[in-house]
This record gives sequence, C-alpha cells and structure tokens, in this order.
Amino acid sequence: MAPTKTASVSGRKSAARSATKTSSKPARKDFNGGIFAEFDKGQELAAYRDMLLIRRFEEKAGQLYGMGFIGGFCHLYIGQEAVVVGMQMALKEGDQVITGYRDHGHMLATGMSARGVMAELTGRRGGYSKGKGGSMHMFSKEKQFYGGHGIVGAQVSLGTGLAFANKYRGNDNVSTAYFGDGAANQGQVYESFNMANLWKLPVVYVIENNRYAMGTSVARASAQTDFSQRGASFGIPGYQVDGMDVRAVKAAADEAVAYCRAGKGPIILEMLTYRYRGHSMSDPAKYRSKDEVQKMRSEHDPIEQVRARLLEKGWASEDELKAIDKDVRDIVADSADFAQADPEPDVSELYTDILL
Amino acid sequence: MPIDILMPALSPTMEEGTLSKWLKQEGDKVTSGDVIAEIETDKATMEVEAVDEGVIGKLLVPAGTENVKVNTKIAVLLAEGESADSIGSSAPAAPKADADTPAAASDAAGGKARQSAEEPTAAADSKVPAQPKVDVASDPDIPAGTEMVMTTVREALRDAMAEEMRRDEDVFVMGEEVAEYQGAYKITQGLLQEFGPRRVVDTPITEHGFAGVGVGAAMAGLKPIVEFMTFNFAMQAIDQIINSAAKTLYMSGGQMGAPIVFRGPNGAAARVAAQHSQDYAAWYSQIPGLKVVMPYTAADAKGLLKAAIRDPNPVIFLENEILYGQSFEVPKLDDFVLPIGKARIHKQGRDATVVSFGIGMTYAVKAVEELSKEGIDVELIDLRTIRPMDLPTVIESVKKTGRLVTVEEGYPQSSVGTEIATRVMQQAFDYLDAPILTIAGKDVPMPYASNLEKLALPNVGEIVQAVKTVCYK
Repeated sequence: MAPTKTASVSGRKSAARSATKTSSKPARKDFNGGIFAEFDKGQELAAYRDMLLIRRFEEKAGQLYGMGFIGGFCHLYIGQEAVVVGMQMALKEGDQVITGYRDHGHMLATGMSARGVMAELTGRRGGYSKGKGGSMHMFSKEKQFYGGHGIVGAQVSLGTGLAFANKYRGNDNVSTAYFGDGAANQGQVYESFNMANLWKLPVVYVIENNRYAMGTSVARASAQTDFSQRGASFGIPGYQVDGMDVRAVKAAADEAVAYCRAGKGPIILEMLTYRYRGHSMSDPAKYRSKDEVQKMRSEHDPIEQVRARLLEKGWASEDELKAIDKDVRDIVADSADFAQADPEPDVSELYTDILL
Repeated sequence: MPIDILMPALSPTMEEGTLSKWLKQEGDKVTSGDVIAEIETDKATMEVEAVDEGVIGKLLVPAGTENVKVNTKIAVLLAEGESADSIGSSAPAAPKADADTPAAASDAAGGKARQSAEEPTAAADSKVPAQPKVDVASDPDIPAGTEMVMTTVREALRDAMAEEMRRDEDVFVMGEEVAEYQGAYKITQGLLQEFGPRRVVDTPITEHGFAGVGVGAAMAGLKPIVEFMTFNFAMQAIDQIINSAAKTLYMSGGQMGAPIVFRGPNGAAARVAAQHSQDYAAWYSQIPGLKVVMPYTAADAKGLLKAAIRDPNPVIFLENEILYGQSFEVPKLDDFVLPIGKARIHKQGRDATVVSFGIGMTYAVKAVEELSKEGIDVELIDLRTIRPMDLPTVIESVKKTGRLVTVEEGYPQSSVGTEIATRVMQQAFDYLDAPILTIAGKDVPMPYASNLEKLALPNVGEIVQAVKTVCYK
C-alpha cells in the first residue's frame, strides 16, 4: 500500500504546517516518528473504538453539564483523541500517566471505567474520587493514572517525580507527562526539564499543542512556537508529531518510550492537535474563526481518518462500524445513567481522606 | 423513543438565557457535534451542539425567546424511523408555570440545582457533620536508667534521618547542597558517605521544581525528605506543597497521597533581613492535609523527625538556624519516636500558662525563670506540633491557671497565638480570669540593623510583662 504511506506522510506535514507557522525542520535521521506508521487491521479497529469512546463520552459529558448534572469547570478533549490513544498504545503495565485538567480522555485511555469517570463528573459516590475531586481531579492507582491536576504546569514536575521513582527503583517503567502549549510557558516546566535530563529520568513530555491556551493563540503567547525545541537548552531531544493521525502518534510514542526505557533520559513530543470545543463549557471561542474549526474537523479529524482507512481497505463495513458505534454509545449511555442515579457521597465523607 | 433537547447551562452559574437562533429546522437531519442553535447568556453567545443523531421533530421554543430557564425542553429529536406524531404528550410547548425557580426547572429534568441558586439557610448549615476527634498517643515512657546524651539539634536531626534511612530503603533526602557540600547548615553531614548519591540527592537551585519532583516521587510511593535551605525559599514551592502534596489524598478519594517531609530552617536567624527571616508556622498551619511540626529541644527534633518520616502524610518540619547549635539531653534509645500532635509540658506551674513552640521557647524559658524569682509560678507548654494542635493540653492548663500568654516569632496578624486564643476563648471562656495576651514578632518586615532587628522580635521583657498583666500584678 505504498500510496497510502505517502499520503500519510504528506498528510502529517500539512497538518503540522497548518498547526504552527514555524518552518518545518528537516526530519532527524535518528527519529522516524510518524513515517513508518502503518497500522494493521486490529490496531486500526482498536484505535477507532478507543477514540470514539472518548468522543462520545465527552459529548455526553457536555450534555450532562448543560443539564446541570456536572458542575464547575468541564474541559472537553474532543478533537485531540488521537494523542492519548496513540500514546497509550505504546505503553506497558506500570508506566505512569499524568496530565492537567483536560483529562477525561486520558482516564478512559488508561482503561479507567466510563462509569467511574462520569460519576466523578456528576459528583457521586461511585466516582473515582468518591465525588470529592470532580472533572479536574481524578486518579487511579490501579491504572497508574496520577491525575488530573488543576494547576497549569504542576503535573510536569509531578510527572518528573514519577520518573524519579522509576529510576530510584531501577525498573524500566516510563512516566508520560502531558501538558498543553499554555503550560509550556510555566517556569517549573523548565526546572523539571533541567533535572530530568541532568538525572536521565525516564519521562516522555507530551506537549499537546492545540493552538490555544484558553483564548490566547500560541503566536500571541510564545516567543518560540516550535514547542518540540523547548528542551533544546537542556539537551532534551524533541519532535513534532501530527497529533491528528493516531498512527503518527503511536510511531513517535514507540520511539520515545524506547528511548526512555533505554535509560537515555527524557524526550519531548510536541503533538500538533486541535480542540473543537471551547476551552471550557462557558467559552464561546470567539478568538478563532468557525472556518478554522470546520477545516480541522472536515480535513483532519482523527476518527474520520481511521474510519476512512478501515472502509477503504475493506477492513470493516459500514454495518460493522455502526455496531462499534452502538457498542460505544451503550457504554456511554450506561455511564450517564449510572452517574445520574448514583447517590451523592455520604455527608460523613466531608471529613475523610484528609490525613491517613 | 424521541429524545428531548433541553436548554443547556453553559457556565457554572448560568440559570437562564435567550434562545437567539435556530440553525436547524424541523425535519433537518443532525449528527453529534452539529450546531443546532445559538444561545445568549449574560456573558456570551454560545453554540449548542447536538449530542445524538436523528431528525429534528419539533422546535418547542421559538427563536428570540428570552429568559428560557436551564433544562427547559426546547426541541425534540427523532430517531431513525420515528415520526413527529410520536412526540405527542411528551412535549409541553412551554416551560411549566412552576419552572420559575431554577430548582423547580432542574428538578423537572432530574438535574441538580446549581450552588449559586441555593440560598444559604440555617437548616442547610446545621447538617454539617461534626469534625471527628483524633486521639494522639502520649510520649513513650523512657525506661529508668536510660543514658541521656547531650546532643545538638543539628546532630539530632541528622541522626533521625540516618536511622530512618537505614530502616527504610524508600526514604531519601533531596535538596540544595545536601550531599557533596554536607548541607548548607550541615544537617545532612555524613549522609552521602553512608547512603550514596542515589539516596542523598543534590538538586539544582530550583525549589518549585524539586518540590514537585519530590511530591511526584511520593505519589509513586517513595518517602522523600525534601530539604529547603530555608523555608523562605519554599514560597517558590508552596503551590506544590499545598495544591499537590496536601490535597491529593482528598481529591483522589483516599487512593493516593504524598508521604513526604519538607524540612529546613524557618524564621529569623541573625541579621539576614526581611527576605530570609519569616516564620511560616501560621501559614502552613492553615492547610487541611498537612501536619506542621516545630520542635525546640534536640530530643523533640529527633523523635518528631523520625515520626514525620514514617508518617504517611505530608509533614512540614520547621527548624531554626539558631537552635541548630544548641545542646539538649537526648535519650540513648534504639528507636526514639515521639507522637506528632502532642504538646509537652516543659515546666509545671499554677499561676499562669505560657504556650510557645520552636525558637519562641528560648524567650519563654528565660521569662519563666525570671518570673519564678518574683514568685509567679508559670506552667510552660511547648506545643511542638502546630497542626494538628494539641489544644486539650492547653485547655487543661488554662483550667488550672485561668491565665494564658502565647509566644512566637511570627507576624502578629492571624498568628498561631491568635488561633490558640480564639479556641481557648470558645472552649474555656468560663475558666479565664484575664484576657489572653499574644506575644509575636512585630508587624514589620524584618529589619537588618541590629537594634531594629532586636525590636522586631519578641523579647523576654515583653513576656514577663504580659504574664504579670494577666496575673494583675
């Protein structure tokens, strides 16, 4: 399927160009991320299903927010699904994941249950944090998901600390610390970069560049808009990846994770991605044009890309995809029902989990 | 079954809005993500996206309608094969009359009323459960005949860390100059030689970053001792201490916390001026999820630091540079651990109670000696732990003496002393024979000039005078 491969590579470049205005760098010879990225049928179907679950889950969360079941802040991941799904495909048991507050997708990708996540969003006792954390603060020790952090950039130092623990224990696990183009301007990010490479800690810094830090575009906030180069003064290699193509993400993740496991230290992956919705539920997103959003949706949608390939290659029929869609909708509907019916935490929970 | 499309809430506080425009009409096919309408809130114009697939069966609220309550049915979506006829009675044309109040509107849809719509009432407030009481064990008995060894606070702290590192492989020290340099104040002297660079980690000058790395390592199950060269520098790191270390156990519903000790010198040393001389006892004592320890003697420093390292919670351990070189008797025991959260009666007395902690005790001890020469018998309590605070011991003493003076070096507003005074006033008002007096540092940044610095700190004379005042002498 040579033509497909070519299409994939050029598609990656065009998305990269449209995502940032920096000139594209010559590809590094020692890093092939995104180039040898063909998926087999099983991988395509798995990626399709996992991304669809996040998309449908987030749409449902938006709906429940609108109905008042979810309160406070709620940041949806719609549009960025390929990043976390592709990354997760490269991880193994014991690898840790930590992120900021746009976190529902990461939880589902690590295998946390839709019911537990949705019930946390509605503030119910069956939620991952018994209803005490909410959208921005959720954790799963079992799935090695370390949150869910509401302070922009804090997860970068914490994720570096997870990697420190791996190195201290002498295991070969890798920590993946996700943060956005906005967090990339926080000071502690660079403090962490410095220590991570000084001590050769196994951490993949995944910068999800969705082009807007709340309402401020990358160009208006960043002197260096090529975030893959943000580790340069610490000697940390970094690569831009088409974050809308799950195959490119997976291929880059494979190489980055292998680099960390081999004890070479931290690595940066800048995922060029896009969020379709506003920053949070109350953001009308007036800082960008509708055409811009529509163009990403129609030309680069991560789920539609996989869907088109599955159909083109004859790996799935429309009916089979519909069946997956129904299955995913059933999971999401079940999680929403559970999250609405589950009781609020007992009042005695007010004073639990403060100290051990 | 037809699906109701409801007027959405688009911010944490929205209760109603204007349905300004329909972008889909009856009979139009929609899929998830399609924009179907525009809504104006008090803040902005927002788009409403379809969540389900189907055909718009009926628009129930015309474009331009103002004050549409959240959760009012605004349209009905039909699934494949359904007809508009099936909508029938399930579609009230307008919000019900009783939907005037936000609570009623959301009840109608099964949603939760938003906090902003809930008026505070006495009935609701009275439902708050009582804070559970926690019992703290007393100090362990020291067996008769135990050898007491004169030890500096510095050595006691070092011994505590070394003993705990021998005991538990997960314990490690990190901070600026803790390894090769042997500690900026020589508290970690010899640890690198015994435990090696894996467990005694020199960090760059990067407080915010290494505090976060420490908390992350603790979340992964290690037990870091993070040394700040002084707590004045920990202000750079205070977000990680409070937002990450102190709150994670609660935010995770008890799944993971941070077994970590943040320690280092706190408060004024000598002539280091405003930016290096602040006492943070009151600051950290306000935070649920933290324990705050501030020892005075070498024995307490050792026993409490060992307890802090074993504690599964984040512990702030506030030391003092001036105390580092002072010597006290420390029992020679294999494993001397003291309970966090328990005050120590430094000297018994019957005329008045003085409560202090950390370096404040140095002034209090001298004042109590002078007062005894004048025939005033003071009970002196060393709080040792600021949070959780051993108020019962203070109250027991106040019940006996009826008079209370607190002593600390920190700023006077919202100080540890004012907290003690408030709680004693609330819980032992009838036992007080005089107003409680609080001695603290002066309400100024620490001056450099020697004479001014002395004036800014508490002094023995002030304490003597305060005790006489509460004794009406």
